[in-house]
Amino acid sequence: MEQQRVVFSNKVLPYVLIAPQVLITLVFFFWPASQALFQSVLTEDAFGLSRTFAGLYNFTSLFKDDVYLNSLGTTAFFSIAVAFSSITVALLLAVMAHRVTRGGTIYKTLLIWPYAVANMVAGVLWFFLFNNTAGIIAYFLRVMQYDWNHALNTGQAMFLVVFASSWRQISYNFIFFLAGLHSIPPSLIEAAAIDGASPFRRFWTIVFPLLSPTSFFLIVMNVVYSFFDTFGVIHAITGGGPDYATNILVFKVYHDGFLGLDIGSSAAQSVILMSIVVVLTIVQFRYIERKVHY
Amino acid sequence: MVHNRPWLTLVTHAILILGILILVFPIYVTFVASTRTVASILASPMPLWPGMEMVDNYLAALAGPSKSVGVSVGHMMLNSLIMALGIALGKIAISLTAAYAFVYFRFRFRTFFFWMIFVTLMLPVEVRIVPTVEVAAKLGLLDTHLGLILPLIASATATFLLRQFFMTLPNELCEAARVDGAGPYRFFIDILVPMSRTMIAALFVILFIYGWNQYLWPLLITTKESSYTMLIGIKRMLDVGEGQIEWNLVMASTILAIIPPVFVVVIMQKQFVKGLTETEK
Repeated sequence: MEQQRVVFSNKVLPYVLIAPQVLITLVFFFWPASQALFQSVLTEDAFGLSRTFAGLYNFTSLFKDDVYLNSLGTTAFFSIAVAFSSITVALLLAVMAHRVTRGGTIYKTLLIWPYAVANMVAGVLWFFLFNNTAGIIAYFLRVMQYDWNHALNTGQAMFLVVFASSWRQISYNFIFFLAGLHSIPPSLIEAAAIDGASPFRRFWTIVFPLLSPTSFFLIVMNVVYSFFDTFGVIHAITGGGPDYATNILVFKVYHDGFLGLDIGSSAAQSVILMSIVVVLTIVQFRYIERKVHY
Repeated sequence: MVHNRPWLTLVTHAILILGILILVFPIYVTFVASTRTVASILASPMPLWPGMEMVDNYLAALAGPSKSVGVSVGHMMLNSLIMALGIALGKIAISLTAAYAFVYFRFRFRTFFFWMIFVTLMLPVEVRIVPTVEVAAKLGLLDTHLGLILPLIASATATFLLRQFFMTLPNELCEAARVDGAGPYRFFIDILVPMSRTMIAALFVILFIYGWNQYLWPLLITTKESSYTMLIGIKRMLDVGEGQIEWNLVMASTILAIIPPVFVVVIMQKQFVKGLTETEK
């Protein structure tokens, strides 16, 4: 830690100052997290009367469970699809907004605000548009003889949750790409232009590589986002269905823990989720420590 | 940029306008639906211009109750507002004092407490929902405002950010204050907090949006209709089973749920961008 900082020499005050945060962390972080670890190695009988130590049983049975394996695959596909689509669209829009000299601020404001819309609300918006009785998009699809029913068609359900989840995330990625673009020295671009490089070539050989720290950061953040924050979208639009097609891990933890009341299995799933987040966080921190420099 | 290429400028504006249209379209349709009767929403297709029922729909939603939820949207908005403000102000308050202690005091177990708080950066509340609900139930926090707020401020993002910021302040600041006879209270209230105000504003915007938009946690901790937040109420209005969804009221409520956070972002855009890019990096 830092050295030679001027400090106050008060014996009791620092403890008083950190007490609120330490208390809240203990009660709402360490207590539940240790409960999750503890419950994940126990099994409970159907009436919740007795608990027995089960070792890794909850974990091994999860990896034999087709529904869970399917949920893992679904989550992987879902998060890659959301990250890929929202990052590419955001990058395109950010590069365009960065180019604009007139009206830039208005464009930026109009592209940023959807970040403030809750995921669950984004879910409701698209649920309404694609709703078979009331939705305007569903109506036009019907007119075009396209059979839309996301309540029955697994591919369409997945498309819709990916679409709704990416829609809001575009603004988030846009903000970061724009900040990244601002930090590229214009002299580099000018030098390439003098050498006769076209705008597309300048983008691919200079701008895109220089944005790679931002892009990598955003890939991690978007994967984390689609793992956890998209619960509202799934809950509002599909409820994990049809036929488990959109049953992502967080939704399954919620479903098993609160509706299925299988506490042991739900806790084991929480522990696996925790490990995934920890790995992602470590990857991100390691990467940020040694950002790519050209 | 470097050369003037009129066709490229045209394409640029076209893409940007197209992007904005895609972002705005669902909100616009929702707004239109919120100004129409259920019958005209179900007219297949619903006309894409605003109807005449705007005032009626919003008043009906705000005053409530609707057929599916026993409390008014006004009441649920108040719950959401208390939750959002509680999370934003609560987290800023505990983070300011904790960061102050870590940077300006040397005390026993400082490193231990430091890591204890910072390990929470890793795990979002979603991964430990089931046991957290049990803890909240044991403490009697179900259906209370405190229950909505407290578990969500157990995270170190704000503390981390403020600590980084305090560490960039020059040492002379504290030295000068001490020479002038200021104790730790005076220094904190009269110097440190005022100097951090841009940082606090940025944090406030981010945390307010975060709090207002919480969904999973309120879903688990609220069982009575009187403690529903906005988003939970909207979900309940959609879950009517075989009955007809009151689309006009749902859509008016959705618009009402969108307005406060969007308003905050548009008004405080600079602080918002600063807060977002600095809290997450």
